[in-house]
Amino acid sequence: MTAEIGHFSLILALVLSIFQGTIPLAGAALNRNQWVAVARPAARGQFLFVTIAFLSLIYAFLTSDFSVANVAQNSHTLKPILYKFAGVWGNHEGSMVLWVFILALFGLAVAEFGNGLPPTLHARVLAIQGLIGFAFLAFILFTSNPFLRLDPPPMEGNGLNPVLQDPGLAFHPPFLYLGYVGFSIAFSFAVAALIEGRVDPAWARWVRPWTLAAWCALTVGIALGSWWAYYELGWGGWWFWDPVENASFIPWLVGTALLHSSIVVEKRDALKSWTILLAILTFSMSLLGTFLVRSGILTSVHTFASDPERGVFILGLLVFVVGGSLTLYAIRAPMLKGGGLFAPISREGALVLNNLLLTTGAAVVLLGTLYPLILDAVGGGKISVGPPFFNATFVPLMVPVMLAPVVGAMLHWKRGDIGSVLGRLKIALSIALIGIVATGYFAENIKDLLAAGGIGIGVWLIFGSTVEISERISLFRGTFSNSLRRFARLPRSQLGMAIAHGALGIMVLGITASSAWRVENIQLMAPGDIASVSGYSLKFDGTKKIIGPNYQGERGTFIITKDGKKIGTLNPEKRRYPSANSETTEAGILTTISGDLYAVLGDERKNSAQGGSSWTARIYFNPLVAWIWIGAILMAAGGIISLTDRRHRIGPPKTARSPNKNNNKISSI
Amino acid sequence: MITRFITITLIALIISFSAVAVEPNEVLKDKSLENRARNLSKGLRCLVCQNQSIDDSNADLARDLRVILRERLKAGDSDKEVIGFIVARYGEFVLLDPPVNPRTALLWGGPGLIIIISGISLALWFRRRNTTIAEELSKIEKESLVSLLEDTPDRRGPEK
Amino acid sequence: MKGNFRLTYFIPVIIILTILAIFWSYLSKIKDGKSIQDLPSALINKPTPVFKLPGISVGDKGFDSRELTGKVTLVNIWASWCPPCHVEHPRHMQLASEGIPIYGINYKDKPEAAKNFLNNLGNPYRAIGADRTGKVAIDWGVYGYPETFVVDAKGQIRYRHVGPIMEDDLTNKIRPLIKALKTK
Repeated sequence: MTAEIGHFSLILALVLSIFQGTIPLAGAALNRNQWVAVARPAARGQFLFVTIAFLSLIYAFLTSDFSVANVAQNSHTLKPILYKFAGVWGNHEGSMVLWVFILALFGLAVAEFGNGLPPTLHARVLAIQGLIGFAFLAFILFTSNPFLRLDPPPMEGNGLNPVLQDPGLAFHPPFLYLGYVGFSIAFSFAVAALIEGRVDPAWARWVRPWTLAAWCALTVGIALGSWWAYYELGWGGWWFWDPVENASFIPWLVGTALLHSSIVVEKRDALKSWTILLAILTFSMSLLGTFLVRSGILTSVHTFASDPERGVFILGLLVFVVGGSLTLYAIRAPMLKGGGLFAPISREGALVLNNLLLTTGAAVVLLGTLYPLILDAVGGGKISVGPPFFNATFVPLMVPVMLAPVVGAMLHWKRGDIGSVLGRLKIALSIALIGIVATGYFAENIKDLLAAGGIGIGVWLIFGSTVEISERISLFRGTFSNSLRRFARLPRSQLGMAIAHGALGIMVLGITASSAWRVENIQLMAPGDIASVSGYSLKFDGTKKIIGPNYQGERGTFIITKDGKKIGTLNPEKRRYPSANSETTEAGILTTISGDLYAVLGDERKNSAQGGSSWTARIYFNPLVAWIWIGAILMAAGGIISLTDRRHRIGPPKTARSPNKNNNKISSI
Repeated sequence: MITRFITITLIALIISFSAVAVEPNEVLKDKSLENRARNLSKGLRCLVCQNQSIDDSNADLARDLRVILRERLKAGDSDKEVIGFIVARYGEFVLLDPPVNPRTALLWGGPGLIIIISGISLALWFRRRNTTIAEELSKIEKESLVSLLEDTPDRRGPEK
Repeated sequence: MKGNFRLTYFIPVIIILTILAIFWSYLSKIKDGKSIQDLPSALINKPTPVFKLPGISVGDKGFDSRELTGKVTLVNIWASWCPPCHVEHPRHMQLASEGIPIYGINYKDKPEAAKNFLNNLGNPYRAIGADRTGKVAIDWGVYGYPETFVVDAKGQIRYRHVGPIMEDDLTNKIRPLIKALKTK
């Protein structure tokens, strides 16, 4: 029965979304307040129905109701409860329901917290959200219905793909979707502003918290995905430039640009049409990613079972949403007039540079991702575009992006003086130089020299951000209590920014060290054998059979000693999942601040002579690798701290500037 | 890491999942030769696993290719000859680092092109802004000057 | 500034729509049955690899690549452990019964298992070479099993099929090609 309730709720939500998407728009255009007022209750109803649908699907999974085809295909009675739950979005149909659930949740949030917004803008934003909801609900109902029944129901389900049965991956999709879907708010605000014909600092203040929240979620989502790949895929890599990874990275890059350019709109009333374009593009790239993953035009570890029919539908959806909004942009944006003036060397100038490089970087990643596909589509044959391409093109582009933020944040608005800023940063500059020289001194090859540069950049970001904050709170230049008082009064957005920039530095250190100085040791080990890696000794203690809830396998034990002292054990596993007829490897990892010891158990080989057996062991030392994810999480934390800034608290300030003051109003159509 | 093969089931190919990438018995005694082998295999795509190099892959074919690659190196082939050997059999698709040729001209030229175009448009944007700003500024200045003059009629200004 | 129309603002929508149009053409190809995993062989219109393989068991006739000249032939790379090879087997039997010469390369198989396969399902092959190390298969650029090559009378590879041969593949591709190559 619950499946029918869920199905019916989705249909109701679809019908309601038609009203939500049209009546408020018409009301705002025709000045009919009652029509405008439809928006808010519609958004509430939307949330209610989609929630009911989502809950019924969760219920079906938790109770292992195999009469629902989706549950039968993707779940199993023996699965741990967490993965029954996560199984809801571990498949295409269910993940789309999660998608619209998050969309409806954001819609509700805008409806409830939008009191300070001008009524027509509020109604239009909700209407655009309604239209997006309509498109996705139709997609679910017509191509990907999760509530289809099976008759007769099977006794047992097929089970979730074992590699996906993992806590890291269980929460990877929800965070990604929070990011993708969160950007839809910025998108709706942008489209609504284009219709209204007005963009001003107040607009930027409304959009910013949503963008920031979405960006934080996407940052966490991508980090979770890469962490999962690191420990699950079994060779210690954490980023592969896989098309599906790129599909989430491109919106992140454009979203980061949007985050920075909206500051300029807010503070200086400039870069308006550019910011609107970024808001549209960020969400468009999220949708494009969805298309790539689900259409069946590319294959990857993360792709869902694909279906060209769905691809056609999503393509139509893309033409409607992306094509429509960009056309609206092309027609309306030229009317937005630029505001505040600034010299190239200024805070604004630095943010423009940041935007230019981030969007160029996004374009390069997009090019590399789509090129094989486009070439094949035009009959040019098959090629591969792998990590070497991205390392050669994208990475150099990011060097200035990493160098600029500290300086940029300390430049004055309108017109800055680089010389004086660098003077104030001389401590950070010297430490960075020391870092480069110290690591460069031991360089044996070009790779090491490049790595020294990377270390320098990381150190520069960390200490530069520290200097910036200590300057703001007059650390070392007055009493400590005075500094503390200043620290408490420091705008949260300032603090959040410095933390995020410093976190980027931590991440750069992790990326640099783990890719340049990784140590690998592959050998055949019998129980009692000792392998040594980077000063650690690992004694192989043999393997034991293990039996999990829905798998069997072997668990190896390595005892780690350093300088004769035992510091831990590693327990890599090999698991076999009979219900899915597949195997996974679980790496054994010991994380230390200086790096990870990482062991993978390979094949067993019987020694015919002695009767025992040996195992192929792959042992790595990945220096500073955990810093990558620590950096990513701190970066998101910086974003969240910014969110708590008084100006950004959800619910925009009541004292929005009067529209007449800015000369941006376009006479409405 | 078996995940990379999920797609394979789509075309019903059967692969033995048994080995971990790079087995100890594959490793060459000659360190520099082994390093070359590792570097080369990092740039070759494992055909059955999509977006993974044969160095990272535990697929049977990937191992066979690693072994053949090492045999060629031991026989004295140059890096280029070894790559050529594999490309002759599997096509350019195996190269994770696509070679520069007419087919990939836009790929390799693209990033440079994007940078140049965006750089030029940025410069143009700044220039146009500055000229319009200068015009608007001078207009505003003139007006304020006039009003200043009107406010203080006793002072003589350069303009009327 | 009403009615301000600037072409540069249309650049984003033009780029995106172009990309979407390309996706569209690609998707329609997939819908028409194009498999995106299939790689074109690098050996099309090139001579077959040169090799000489022993038979499955000691004393069996082996497979020498020189046999592939003078007639249009099929070369099938198979193994008894490969389920799709079982699936396609009836088509090979049928082709063989029509007198089309098929040669087999038995890939990394155990001799007894391969023998069992042939005893149970029939042997369509004129000659079978046992490729125990998989090296000859690599010379053919094989990446999935089974694979079937169409070789013309001059010993040049003209077509490669990856995966099991189904009835459709026979009628749409392989039979017409063999016919065309024969009349040449």
